[in-house]
Amino acid sequence: MADEEFFEAPTFDEINLKIQAKFGSKVTFKSSTKKNVKAINEKRRVFMSTDRETLYSLCVYLHDVLNFEQCTSVCAVDYVEYIQIVYFITNYYTGVMAEITVDITTSDLHVPSISSIWEGANWHERETYELFGVIFDGHPKLERLLTPKDYEFYPFRKSYKLRGAE
Amino acid sequence: MGYCSILEWIFFRPWDSIKESGYCPYSDYNLPYMIGLRLSEIILGFIGWLINIFVPSWSPENSFLLSPALLNGTAVVLEVVIIFAVGFIINLTMIWEERKILGRTMDRRATMIGPLGYFQCLGDGLKTFCKENIAPRAIDKKVYWWALSLVIGSSVLIACMVPLSDRWYIVNYDAGLMVIFGLFALAPFLILSAGWAQNNKYSLIGGMRAAELMISYEVPMLIMLATTCLMAETYTIGGIVKAQFDTVWYIVPQCLGFFVFLVAAIAESERVPFDLSEAEAELVEGWQTEYAGMKWGLIMLGDYFRGYTACAFIVILYLGGWMLPGLGCTPVPELVFIGKVCLVFAIFAIARGAYPRVRTDQILNIGWKVLMPLALVNLAFVIVLKTVGWF
Amino acid sequence: MNENYDTDQMWITMGPQHPFSHGLWTLRVKADGEIITDAEPEIGYLHRGWEKECENRTYAKIIPMADRLCYSASMTWSHVYCKVVEEALDIEVPERARYLRVIADEICRIQSHLMWLAAVGTDLGNLTVFLWALREREFFLDLNVRLCGQRLTTNYPRIGGVRNDMPYYFERDCMRCVERFEKAIWEIIKLTDESSTFVGRLKGIGYLKAKDVANWGITGPAMRGCGVDYDVRRDDPYDAYEDLEFEVPVLNKDNPMGGDAYSRYMVRIEEMFQSCEMIRQSFNKLKTIPKESPTRIKVPRCIPAGTHCAKIEDPRGESIMYLVSDGTEKPYRLKVRSPVFVNVSASRHMVKGVRIADIPAIMAMIDMCLGETDR
Repeated sequence: MADEEFFEAPTFDEINLKIQAKFGSKVTFKSSTKKNVKAINEKRRVFMSTDRETLYSLCVYLHDVLNFEQCTSVCAVDYVEYIQIVYFITNYYTGVMAEITVDITTSDLHVPSISSIWEGANWHERETYELFGVIFDGHPKLERLLTPKDYEFYPFRKSYKLRGAE
Repeated sequence: MGYCSILEWIFFRPWDSIKESGYCPYSDYNLPYMIGLRLSEIILGFIGWLINIFVPSWSPENSFLLSPALLNGTAVVLEVVIIFAVGFIINLTMIWEERKILGRTMDRRATMIGPLGYFQCLGDGLKTFCKENIAPRAIDKKVYWWALSLVIGSSVLIACMVPLSDRWYIVNYDAGLMVIFGLFALAPFLILSAGWAQNNKYSLIGGMRAAELMISYEVPMLIMLATTCLMAETYTIGGIVKAQFDTVWYIVPQCLGFFVFLVAAIAESERVPFDLSEAEAELVEGWQTEYAGMKWGLIMLGDYFRGYTACAFIVILYLGGWMLPGLGCTPVPELVFIGKVCLVFAIFAIARGAYPRVRTDQILNIGWKVLMPLALVNLAFVIVLKTVGWF
Repeated sequence: MNENYDTDQMWITMGPQHPFSHGLWTLRVKADGEIITDAEPEIGYLHRGWEKECENRTYAKIIPMADRLCYSASMTWSHVYCKVVEEALDIEVPERARYLRVIADEICRIQSHLMWLAAVGTDLGNLTVFLWALREREFFLDLNVRLCGQRLTTNYPRIGGVRNDMPYYFERDCMRCVERFEKAIWEIIKLTDESSTFVGRLKGIGYLKAKDVANWGITGPAMRGCGVDYDVRRDDPYDAYEDLEFEVPVLNKDNPMGGDAYSRYMVRIEEMFQSCEMIRQSFNKLKTIPKESPTRIKVPRCIPAGTHCAKIEDPRGESIMYLVSDGTEKPYRLKVRSPVFVNVSASRHMVKGVRIADIPAIMAMIDMCLGETDR
């Protein structure tokens, strides 16, 4: 991507335009209906959803061209039919936080690891792996982090009921 | 023959007759020995009198109980006990003093048990002595126990060898300073082997640190020692003290040396800011990690004995020992000496409150690059003073 | 002899119960003599399944739980939780509550930083700093008692405002405390900044470049000490922070080496002064708001479905909560992004090449809090 123009502090509109030009229909932008939330009104949040094939190249593009320096968080949400992985990625020059969602089916829980782009995603991915069973391909050390090493279940899935629940 | 009065059994022999008996180890008046002798005269005489009540043939003249040999032997044993007990009490006082000073420095309550909180140390001692004696399974048993005993033993030994005055000493060597410092320098070897024997990585690193620290601070310390001996032209402790009384306290010509010796002494006794061999923040308890309960209590006591020795040497070498300028030996030179030691120890305690721990490489830098040259400068200065003839 | 059989280096397991790890975690370091060549942090001893527990509680019941995420930053944690729920409801809190939250947050930040300063004192072997810092902290905990009735787990923010308006004479007490603190901190600084031994322990160790800091996800004072100029309070303002004037201390902005442990230390000290300034300004602004105006608004029990995200500046970094609501009275999923969790993951990079004695000094600058790390 050396030939691409480098944006140190891309604005909300620049991000939208550049990504749409690059990825077209593979990345869907969502807009929020909230009226009173300051960060959304002042365009410091970008909501995107994509598929797992595009995810890695999107992340590389965000990091290399749009200067999103930090992977703030990675988490998963179990919607029973599918699991959604949510990435929060921040640009420190503008304070824009991008929220990328990727839906993966429960039958094939594989998603490319982005810890080679952002080292900070390493532990977030490990945590998501151990709590939801999502396998991050290419992760340097995908082991259990918080829970004991001999756990054979994924406690944060909806199928794992807490005692006293319901 | 028959019953004798108790006064025939218990009577105090004059110093000259004791000296002439041939069993007395001292040629000069020695206070702890005399106290021991008087005590043994009372105890043995009382025993003899009790026996005499029932066995009339047992008289003061033919009883081996009052023979000079036995009396002197008991006296020496009692003297040792007295010297240790006094050293121990001085130590407790110093621990108490340190705790009080640290309490005031840190804006908190210090010790509280007993009058002015003096008995807190006894309570702590009792507590550690009541603890279970735990030793890990995978240790090198022989070294583990021997190194521990020798570390504590050598610390106590040197502390007991420090004379409190010209009448309160256990042996008056011609080279008393050298002997004490020779024993002082034994510790790194013992600590290193103790650290190794515990089969624990923290204690191993702690032992290595202790060894490198002590060895590097031994050198400026011994240079300072040699400087003072050169100035006083003697190796005996009494001689150095007397030389200072005749001229001036050596802190005046050797203020640089005093500073160097003070820093080196804090390092040698392994106290904050130079306590990196125990460095609890990173090494848990350093080379003492696996010594639990009573062993740890004894090690702490040994540390304070070493601290006491270091303070005592600062007093002897730079602050005129047990003499006061103008007054000479007061009626109680021992108390003068202890008072000075406590004052010096206050500096140790304040340093502990004011400084964080120094890092390994920094400590070696201070030792070799700062203290060493300063010690040599001080030595050169003293040589100049000697050549000019002012001392 | 097998050449790969490496006997020069040894793995040392520092933790889970170790004086330098303020809480239960392990740092396994590979040491070549005293030099660290590799490190591996291990956490999880306190994992309680906090996020899963929240899925079984109603929204109001989670506020006191959020307090327990970190004992010394309880105010900011319940604040970020309330904020994410408010975002889900799409409401703004009343004017008075906005300032009260700022005051409470900044009190919390000062006392948390003082707790950190105390920990630095013990880590570097100076207990006087420890006790003096805790002494100063006690005054701010007393303010917490005045405001919310609790010293540590304050349970003060509410969804849609704060629990109560400030009590009588709170402003007077608070300003007295702040003014006293601004003088008293110099006493501690005499022991730390003005002591060459203390500075010598911190300077020149644990250099982090700005680029790496961002990449590893380090946030908060540690990030700002290394030259990344970002503070959520200023760049992504929430509550009343946009109406306040304050500086964000950033050090080593143009330093290609990045910042060392000492600059991270400096940033935190500087932040305490800025917090005092913010408290002062907030009280001045509060005077213009009528006392009768509400401090909280009524909110429904059930939250409309959707995904919501809120972030605020914790004393330790950026704390983010991500809420998925499904229209019921319980959250469907609540994700916590803890700043310390990420900072610890970068500790392996920080300690490489330093000495064993530097580990407490470098780790102290993370300001460990295991409750929020393991959740």
